Amino acid sequence: MIVAAVLLLAAGCGRDEGGEKSPGITKTEIKLGGSYPFSGPASAYKSIADGAKAYFDLVNSKGGVNGRKIKFVTLDDAYEPPRAVQNARRLVEEEKVFALFNTLGTPNNLAIWDYTNQKKVPQAFVATGASDWGADPDKHPWTIGWQPDYVTEARTYADYLKENKPNAKVAVLYQNDGFGKNLLGGFEKAIGGSGIKVVAKESYEVTDPTIASQISKLAASGADTFLNVTTPKFSAQAIAAIAKSDWKPLHILNNVGASKTLVLTPAGLDNAKGIISTTYFKDPEDPKWANDGAMREYKATLKRFSPRSNPNDPFHVYGWGAARTMVTALKNMKEPTREAFMDAARHLDETPPILLPGIEVKTGDGDGYPIEAMQIQRFNGQRWELQGKVVSAEH
Amino acid sequence: MERLIQTLVDGVATGSLYGALALAVVLIFRTSGIVNFAQGEMAMFSTFAAWGLLEAGLPVGLAILATLGLSLLGGMVIERVLMRPFEGGDHLTLAIVTLGLFILVNSGAGWIWGFENRSFPSIFPDDTIGVGGVDVPLESVGIVVLLLAVVGVLYLFFQRTKLGLALRAVSVNPESSRLSGISVGRTLMVGWGIAALVGALAGALIAPRLFLDVNFMGGVLIYSFAAATLGGFDSPLGAIVGGWIIGVTEDLATTYVDFIGSDLKILVPLVIILVVLLVRPAGLFGTREVTRV
Amino acid sequence: MTGDRRLKLGGFAVVLVIALALPFLFGAYQVGQFTLVLCYAIAVLGLNLLVGYGGLISLGHGAFFALGAYTSAILIDKADVAPLATVPVAAAVCFAAGLLLGLPALRIRGLYLALVTLAVAIAVPQLIKRFDALTGGTQGLNVPRPTTPSWVPLADDQFLYFLTLAFAIVMFVLAANLVRGRIGRALAAMRESEAAAKATGVNLARLKTGAFAVSALYAGVGGSLYVFSIGFVAPESFTLTISFAFLAAVVVGGLGTIGGAIFGALFIEFVPVYASDVNEALAGVIYGAVLIAFMFALRDGVMGLLRQIAQALTTKEGRDERETAVRLAGGDRRRGAAPSGGMRA
Repeated sequence: MIVAAVLLLAAGCGRDEGGEKSPGITKTEIKLGGSYPFSGPASAYKSIADGAKAYFDLVNSKGGVNGRKIKFVTLDDAYEPPRAVQNARRLVEEEKVFALFNTLGTPNNLAIWDYTNQKKVPQAFVATGASDWGADPDKHPWTIGWQPDYVTEARTYADYLKENKPNAKVAVLYQNDGFGKNLLGGFEKAIGGSGIKVVAKESYEVTDPTIASQISKLAASGADTFLNVTTPKFSAQAIAAIAKSDWKPLHILNNVGASKTLVLTPAGLDNAKGIISTTYFKDPEDPKWANDGAMREYKATLKRFSPRSNPNDPFHVYGWGAARTMVTALKNMKEPTREAFMDAARHLDETPPILLPGIEVKTGDGDGYPIEAMQIQRFNGQRWELQGKVVSAEH
Repeated sequence: MERLIQTLVDGVATGSLYGALALAVVLIFRTSGIVNFAQGEMAMFSTFAAWGLLEAGLPVGLAILATLGLSLLGGMVIERVLMRPFEGGDHLTLAIVTLGLFILVNSGAGWIWGFENRSFPSIFPDDTIGVGGVDVPLESVGIVVLLLAVVGVLYLFFQRTKLGLALRAVSVNPESSRLSGISVGRTLMVGWGIAALVGALAGALIAPRLFLDVNFMGGVLIYSFAAATLGGFDSPLGAIVGGWIIGVTEDLATTYVDFIGSDLKILVPLVIILVVLLVRPAGLFGTREVTRV
Repeated sequence: MTGDRRLKLGGFAVVLVIALALPFLFGAYQVGQFTLVLCYAIAVLGLNLLVGYGGLISLGHGAFFALGAYTSAILIDKADVAPLATVPVAAAVCFAAGLLLGLPALRIRGLYLALVTLAVAIAVPQLIKRFDALTGGTQGLNVPRPTTPSWVPLADDQFLYFLTLAFAIVMFVLAANLVRGRIGRALAAMRESEAAAKATGVNLARLKTGAFAVSALYAGVGGSLYVFSIGFVAPESFTLTISFAFLAAVVVGGLGTIGGAIFGALFIEFVPVYASDVNEALAGVIYGAVLIAFMFALRDGVMGLLRQIAQALTTKEGRDERETAVRLAGGDRRRGAAPSGGMRA
């Protein structure tokens, strides 16, 4: 009898995935969804969400995008892919968001990109530097990154070395995952055919308590340059360990690990003197931008809508910048549909003032990488100083 | 050859860190006969408390001493409130409670202090002495000496004081101890308090090198368990020596054994735990357990 | 104890009816959540056999879950095997791995065994990364979700739910039969006293390795079905967190019960999400606190609570009978049990 009842129900209730024009967008509101690690080991990155929210608040205070206010619904995934998958489903199917914005983490985005592309939901301006997002526009047209990817970053370092230390002997410490391998791979490719050589490589896992022995081995390799591809906790350890040793290489620190708040201050500002890294947006602590319009707007807005946030935390600026690009794409879309949005996102050409002068956000047919330029910066013991010119490293 | 000695020195330095936390693990085991999975997190919490005091302006020595005192109290409270209801119960319940404590303390610390990285000052000077081409940081030497001193103090405590005797009695046979007039509850409280104190000390020793963040003890924990297993779960000296052996083995293995490299480093504590428990469960210095049928 | 048996069957029937109705009452997202609950429940059931019935502590259940998940993912992704066909393969692979882990269990006991399993669980993400040619390493593997065959009038999420439910029912029935028979009694004997069990002729070695193997098999099936649901595997999906979660689920649901697995699975699926909704930073605090609270208040888990309620609701005679039996047996083992109302001569 139970079986009969079930079959009856089944016959009548198979779900009808009826098509609305595009959910999540009305005349007065656009609903966006985001999945971030608000808890767990990666939760230092949640400042990104705060920065993005502040920007959306600013836009809303000025009337929104074409009269539509942005509602940004965020969920916690604790940096776990299965939770990211469930969050994506919840945001798309329950919250009925217009688009997913700035999902954080390479594995999390990989976990959901088949889903978003199947459902034809924009997975816009994801918060990771993996090259995947720009490299696969045919199979995953609904996914797009934002920041310069690790390959661009690696090429910037390679170019810097070619110009300043053409016969460098490089020792590399890298995190043993997609991020570390991506950057290392990009670097090795970029130095191919030059006088620069990688003479030692050591990897580490995020579960390792300390990287002291790796540093010790690299120091003994005779290298005169150190490429540090680590996440903040280990960046700090590496800087401190090198400072204690006799090894004084040219220290190149990757962008993720270059935060003064999270890395350099704990490691010791004096120990960080002379370190080279890259950046693509304005540093809130750089006196050069003290009177810069965009920087002042950023600081004032953050103070207004998120007074407990630390404006010097670069992750806030990152979120701010990504949100700006999101708003631009929303402004540019010809119709209030997801297709039109993706079209706008794939034909961007703007120069957000929070980015360094000369760096633009540009996408087009055949170019799925919004930002492909960076600039070298050097830490002077107090703060980062920009060096040279913006370096463009297109794919 | 120099490389080898340097590797050994590095291994002992790292191993001391594992041993420091292992000491706290061993003390809990000697008191309550359980493996406390939350030990690392408790130590982390204490270290954050110390950091808080430092931020408030206290000098390093005072901040750490105050934290040791607070941790002593904290450990006693945890025993009284959380563990007492389960004393003598089955191991699974205890495991779950300490697991719950692990999650609670970890998230609680994150909520109070945030998840960012911070520096923590070392109580030892920063210099490195060069001994025949090998770099020996003074901090590492200091840690080794301090840990051995703590082991010595603990030995005297367990062997020569009434309280120490009571602790030993209670861990072996709580019923008889009670009949002999020992206040079992109070003794257990003291045991947990001392273990928490040692854990706080371990945190203060480890944090300068590893940097202080909510998860800094997470990676150390399994190594400390391995150290305690190797040394013998009821031997403080064993914990330290076990830590050294593990630190050195890990370093040697990753340097000289290609198959392991840096990514399978985690297999070292696993294999050590397995081998020790299979071959000589009492560890190097522990007392052998006799099961009466 | 036919009253007890009737109660159990009644409970099972109620749960079954609810389970069958769920996909028609909720949207795709929640149905997906319930499907995951079923996957977890199968895994938790396996762990309960080991821990609750057998008394062997394992903190490494996540390792077998991962093994099952990856076996399915690799077969589907690299060898184009039909998804359903991968489930028995995952089960077999995990069975073999469980036998392997059961070997040290022969000589290592109690919390020491827990330590070994802990170390195994910690090593799992590393091993996944090491063999990245096969596992996809940190990039993970995307696995297409099974879609409804055209002749079935169900949406994809509903179909997947019923598929998973079918497996779950089979696994639960098998487990119930297992514990009710000779093996269940042997496990109980082993849990109470290994020496005594041995004296009565129980082959401890075979029982222990068998218990590990079967629990691993269950985890493998759960992991395999999990891949169909989530569609993605990566090392980050299988950290220590999931091993802790399974153990918590066993205890919350009720040690040594079959039905407890469902409640435990509901706990580990929904509590983190709702805790996050309440306060993202406090999610872990809530989770840990609830776990400890269960240990304080509900030592026998949800099933224990349900049993108490059911007993209180059934006939007065049945209730008095039970109380007398308990008193005769030497008092209630549970701490702080309230004195029974109404003394019987």
